[in-house]
Amino acid sequence: MKITLLSIFVDNQDAALAFYIEKLGFLPAADVPMGEHRWLTVVSPEAPDGTQIVLEPSDHPAVKPFRDAIVADGIPFTSFGVTDVQAEYDRLLAMGVTFTQAPLVQGPVTTAVLDDTVGNLIQIAAMAGA
Amino acid sequence: MGDVFKALADETRRAILDELAERDDQTLFEICSRLAMNHGLGSTRQAVSQHLDVLEEAGLIHSERRGRYKFHTLDTSPLAQIAERWHPKDSP
Repeated sequence: MKITLLSIFVDNQDAALAFYIEKLGFLPAADVPMGEHRWLTVVSPEAPDGTQIVLEPSDHPAVKPFRDAIVADGIPFTSFGVTDVQAEYDRLLAMGVTFTQAPLVQGPVTTAVLDDTVGNLIQIAAMAGA
Repeated sequence: MGDVFKALADETRRAILDELAERDDQTLFEICSRLAMNHGLGSTRQAVSQHLDVLEEAGLIHSERRGRYKFHTLDTSPLAQIAERWHPKDSP
């Protein structure tokens, strides 16, 4: 069994695609019209055959209360690996990205948490020596 | 206002204050990570949330909702009453 897809609920697919490509640096993968919405995925340029992120519409009524509660407590929906959290933080901050947690070094792990502007908090993390 | 002395009489709550002294504006998520990684405290988020309520009632922290997030910040001003009640002796 392989992990091929990771779904993230997004408030607006166009805005989500722009953020995940222009800010986070992912590449567009699939973009297929599906009625009112699209089957829309992105992939990391560092692993073009790897896991795709599905930017999935958040219009189910259960999504908002769930996300409001975890976002209020600063809990990220998922985590992406980077080589240098501080460098990514500086780069993204300069591009106007909002962080709810500045880089935090804890032993071998450094993390930060950002707002993806379409409803989610995302952690970026690096392991020293990884 | 809640009792400052009662609020301080708990190891986890003192650890929360230690971590908030490092920097302002921490989310519950950050506070929980710091307690786990820096103090080996595996308290649930719910338990930490209750500790934060006690600290806030004692005026030792302030929480502020900004946009969709809630941040917590240390306020040491209630500690002044300890020094006022038992004046530290002047050093020689």
